[in-house]
Amino acid sequence: MKRQQRFAELEKRPVHLDGFVKEWPEEGFIAMMGPNDPKPSIKIENGVVTELDGKKRDDFDLIDLYIAKYGIDLEHAEEVVKMDSVKIANMLCDPNVGRQEIVKITSACTPAKLEEIVSKLNFAEMIMAAQKMRPRRTPATQGHVTNIRDNPVQIAADAADAALRGFPEQETTTAIARYAPLNAIAITTGAQSARPGVLTQCSVEEAAELSLGMRGFTAYAETISVYGTDSVFTDGDDTPWSKGFLASCYASRGLKMRFTSGSGSEVMMGHAEGKSMLYLECRCILLTKASGVQGLQNGGVSCIGIPGSVPSGIRSVLGENLVCMMVDLECASANDQAFSHSDMRRTERMIGQFIAGTDYISSGYSTTPNYDNTFAGSNADAHDYDDYYVWERDLAVNGGLHPVEEEDIIKARNYAAKAIQAVFEDLGLPKITDEEVEAATYADTSKDMPDRDMVADMKGAQDLLDRGVTGVDVVKALYNHGFTDVAKSYLNLLQQRLAGDFLQTSAIFDENWNVISAINDSNDYKGPGTGYRLWEDTDEWERIKDLPFAVDGKNAKL
Amino acid sequence: MAEIDESLLRAIIKDVLREVNTDETKIDFSNKDGGQTATATQVAAKPENTEAPKQLSWFKHVGVAKPGTSKDEVVIGVEPGFAEHLTHTLTGLDHKEVLRQVIAGIEEEGLHARVVKIYRTSDVSFGGVEADKLSGSGIGISIQSKGTAIIHQADQEPLSNLELFPQAPVITLDTYRAIGKNAAKYAKGESPVPVPTVNDQMARVQYQALSALMHIRETKFVVIGKPADEIEVSFD
Repeated sequence: MKRQQRFAELEKRPVHLDGFVKEWPEEGFIAMMGPNDPKPSIKIENGVVTELDGKKRDDFDLIDLYIAKYGIDLEHAEEVVKMDSVKIANMLCDPNVGRQEIVKITSACTPAKLEEIVSKLNFAEMIMAAQKMRPRRTPATQGHVTNIRDNPVQIAADAADAALRGFPEQETTTAIARYAPLNAIAITTGAQSARPGVLTQCSVEEAAELSLGMRGFTAYAETISVYGTDSVFTDGDDTPWSKGFLASCYASRGLKMRFTSGSGSEVMMGHAEGKSMLYLECRCILLTKASGVQGLQNGGVSCIGIPGSVPSGIRSVLGENLVCMMVDLECASANDQAFSHSDMRRTERMIGQFIAGTDYISSGYSTTPNYDNTFAGSNADAHDYDDYYVWERDLAVNGGLHPVEEEDIIKARNYAAKAIQAVFEDLGLPKITDEEVEAATYADTSKDMPDRDMVADMKGAQDLLDRGVTGVDVVKALYNHGFTDVAKSYLNLLQQRLAGDFLQTSAIFDENWNVISAINDSNDYKGPGTGYRLWEDTDEWERIKDLPFAVDGKNAKL
Repeated sequence: MAEIDESLLRAIIKDVLREVNTDETKIDFSNKDGGQTATATQVAAKPENTEAPKQLSWFKHVGVAKPGTSKDEVVIGVEPGFAEHLTHTLTGLDHKEVLRQVIAGIEEEGLHARVVKIYRTSDVSFGGVEADKLSGSGIGISIQSKGTAIIHQADQEPLSNLELFPQAPVITLDTYRAIGKNAAKYAKGESPVPVPTVNDQMARVQYQALSALMHIRETKFVVIGKPADEIEVSFD
């Protein structure tokens, strides 16, 4: 066929590199309300659920059993399941109906009921609903701090850099698993050196991740994954109960934690059991609720390419964030994985959560260029900062970040690099040279960093674990080398575990260690004039207004 | 590249559509069969997809794999679909060539490679666990049909690893050789510099859906409870 030139040109556009798949419900390639999804129902006899979403108790799988026992407010469930889903959907976007009133209803829903309610909303209505339903009044966002060489000096500098830009939570991981203790210490030290109260985590294998937290190298955890079908659970040697147990391990040590789920994971692992992504995700959300966990990271997350490949997938992803908020869980709303080759499409991916505002609009904005992102790239990265600031300024929306002067960043990066240099020296880890400190101060990516002896670092990391080094030793190291302020912050982070206030829903700290959570900063949105408005948060609005590259008309040299 | 992807995609979709089978076995703790331990009664004898494996002259089954005692061996576990149902990785690398490179890497270090076919799981980590338990040195490599690979050591947690290569689209034949080489070095008690990780943040975007389709297909060949088979490979 002779090519029509416009078609030939269109094929060269970046969006053509993205993966799109036609709906295939039998294998779960369907976003929401799939033909095999059950209809909502519940029967309770003598306080025991005997039927859930069309299934008799004898046929319950592990997830049904768990949710039926712990995840639903049984007192109101029969009544709520009979309510008109359109009516509940209406309440969700009616500004006159407050959040608390809705949570009473949605806490008594079955997974299929939650799916049915959310499926009644179009994308704009979901934004309206999310604006009201997110637990914390003030929105925020979370950052990834990684590099492909696992360079600890760069991690510390990037953590400080990100802390100044406004990330109250930061997450690292490793390129090489054995580096985990060093990355954890580096991100925590770096973040505390720039802005006290930043929460830090290191995402690795679950037992190792818990161990890092217990040792005081991290302050919270997030990658405790739950799934919507039994077979995916058992394939990973897990059950809902083992995840619940893991959750209680964190709680017992005063560590904040949330679960992770996200549509597409069951498809990705070949066990969707013919159900739609949103239905399976509703099961994950109630399973999280059932475990007594305060929050969830969801919204496709690392499997975003799966819901992103089917019709209505990105709408459904905002829908799953919304369901999470509807059952009163903290929601870290994904936007944390490379999603599209097209800049238009990756903006589209984020726009719902950005406009509505969520507890963490991104659960992993890449604070380095994606080249260094060892979570396999995020939807937005350090090179998008200026675009993002302009979005916030244009729309007067708090996306969780604000511009920072270059010299402040240089100072913070340098201080963080020096602090981690001191920690390494005191703990007997391989030396960090002054050249590395200098490089980390001015680096954009790990290409700008001198090579380290990675084998020696990994041996040092293992040795650290073998010697039983803890966060207190890091505090001592900082103190011994004159980093008294950083030592104090690090110690404070450890002390907060005894108070435990930051285990409340959606909790973060400000720079004075005040907890900001759904308890003391609860979302009170009830239409215009209520709720969070950026221009009423005057300090933050000033920072966002004051775009460093905006022309000052009064003083411009023309 | 686009052409390969599309034809592969179509072939997989067609195959899987034909073989959709709703007969799931589930693990059930409700003990309704009178108190027996549930898992013992749930062993399935057959994979969900009963398509006969390809008969390959270079990839021969020689009985159930037994734990090795030789300290100078590395066991390569390949997942259920490998070579006999699926033949190429996500980016079109021939499975035979992949194995040839990994084995060459191991042999370059003067060690022996054993190949086993894993049936119990299509998960790369749990495949690695089965491989390292069979390995005299305690070092195992696991490779999925789509190309994802891991180096695992017998005393590690299942989901931990010595080295993980999670992004199949960026793994080249040279990488597979380097994986074999490093695995052999671990088996010798050395601490090699990890194989450099290539990070292509767009790989996931481009391949995730296709990757799911391949993995769905591979998972249909899992046989719950079936031990790994010893495989004799020849490249002549």
